[in-house]
Amino acid sequence: MLRKHPVYELFGAIFSDKNKILVKSADLIRVINDPEHPLTLEELNVVTESNIKVDDEKNSVYVEFIPTIPHCSMATLIGLSIRVKLLRSLPSRFKVDVKIAAGTHESEVAVNKQLADKERVAAALENTHLLELVNQCLSKRATG
Amino acid sequence: MYPTLKEHAQLTGHTDQVWCISWSPSGALLASCGGDKTIRIWGKEGELWVCKSVLTDAHTRTIRAVSWSPCGQYLAAASFDATTSVWSRKSGEFECLATLEGHENEVKCAGWACTGNLLATCARDKSVWIWEVTADEEFECASVLSTHTQDVKYVKWHPTRELLASCSYDDTVRLYREASDDWESCALLKGHTSTVWSLDFDKDGHRIVTASADATVKIWREHEPGNPEGIATPDHIPVWKCVCTLSGHHERPIYSVSWCPLSGRIATASGDDSLCVYQELPAEDEKNAPKFELTVRHRGAHAEDINCVAWNPNEEGLLASCSDDGAVKIWQIEKE
Repeated sequence: MLRKHPVYELFGAIFSDKNKILVKSADLIRVINDPEHPLTLEELNVVTESNIKVDDEKNSVYVEFIPTIPHCSMATLIGLSIRVKLLRSLPSRFKVDVKIAAGTHESEVAVNKQLADKERVAAALENTHLLELVNQCLSKRATG
Repeated sequence: MYPTLKEHAQLTGHTDQVWCISWSPSGALLASCGGDKTIRIWGKEGELWVCKSVLTDAHTRTIRAVSWSPCGQYLAAASFDATTSVWSRKSGEFECLATLEGHENEVKCAGWACTGNLLATCARDKSVWIWEVTADEEFECASVLSTHTQDVKYVKWHPTRELLASCSYDDTVRLYREASDDWESCALLKGHTSTVWSLDFDKDGHRIVTASADATVKIWREHEPGNPEGIATPDHIPVWKCVCTLSGHHERPIYSVSWCPLSGRIATASGDDSLCVYQELPAEDEKNAPKFELTVRHRGAHAEDINCVAWNPNEEGLLASCSDDGAVKIWQIEKE
């Protein structure tokens, strides 16, 4: 049953090099580190599976995230990291939208607009310092 | 009955996303630029479109936009590295003539005035700069306009007057004119509900078309002092009003719009990978309530976001587009 799920087909293909069965759509981004905490976004409930919508036929991935606190200064960086992870992992046909869940951050509108601006995202990723921060969020922490 | 877009050529060579394409004034050459920090010049050899030159080493980051001067001898390129390079092809080869510095960060667009004596640039630093071209090919800053409250995305000059238009992340469009000794913002066009990515004038310059991340296209009309509609023009400065909104045709941000001076057709390019073409229809009140009909909606014109679209200035119905998929395409409108 699970194998027929479009989400499985989509993300399963990406992780086909592993024998591990990754059936949850959140697996791609759940392991992203929070820039300020020694925990992953999933552990902090920043990203939960219910906040991710994938439509394989329409080539769309929609992710909502909940910043740890409503004035979290790292919200843009977290959003950018999610976006970058998806851009790097998904086939290029996908349109990716990353947004702060409604009512969970005081600068929600401004951050969402910035994350949706492909030109700003492209320019940000040419900034070595910022790219380093994003890569830190995306790097695998040493596990015990 | 409806026309269709037929793919005429696909030009490959860029190794990263292609941000912008620009036709030379004669329509014989097409310049393109993008994330691979190069400018490519394409032209026809017989029936085939080929890459004639690759301009490199002028910029250290993405080249966001290219623009030909009206004489076709100069090409300006705006880069995320905060500079604008100006190339000359007077010697036959393209040579970098000048690198314009001044913007604090990413330059998003550059555009030449109809006379060729002025160049405008805009950047994420929220400013629009106007550069004067001196007789000995030097560029002097004539004005820095900081009226937008956000990132300025695009600049375009009026086709016959020294009137400049810019659009921004602040959702507005502004117009600028030279008054006494300096440049000033002389009109503010409000109506879009998100970033305005691109704009173009019609052939005569009495109308502007704008394209936005709100997925709509708007057409604005100039009302000059003493207009028959009785619209007030304070200080005898023309007022621009939105006379038409086209919506429901694109599903994602519209990144580019081009108004063909030959046919009057409007082409749009979007993040939904499609190209649209609109044609004006006869209307009862053409001035204040023009009607535009969607005549082509070409889905999947590219495999990814389409960043720019431009009509060839000399060959009616010939259209160029470029995309995140790294390709530049040339299209021909065909009547079925």
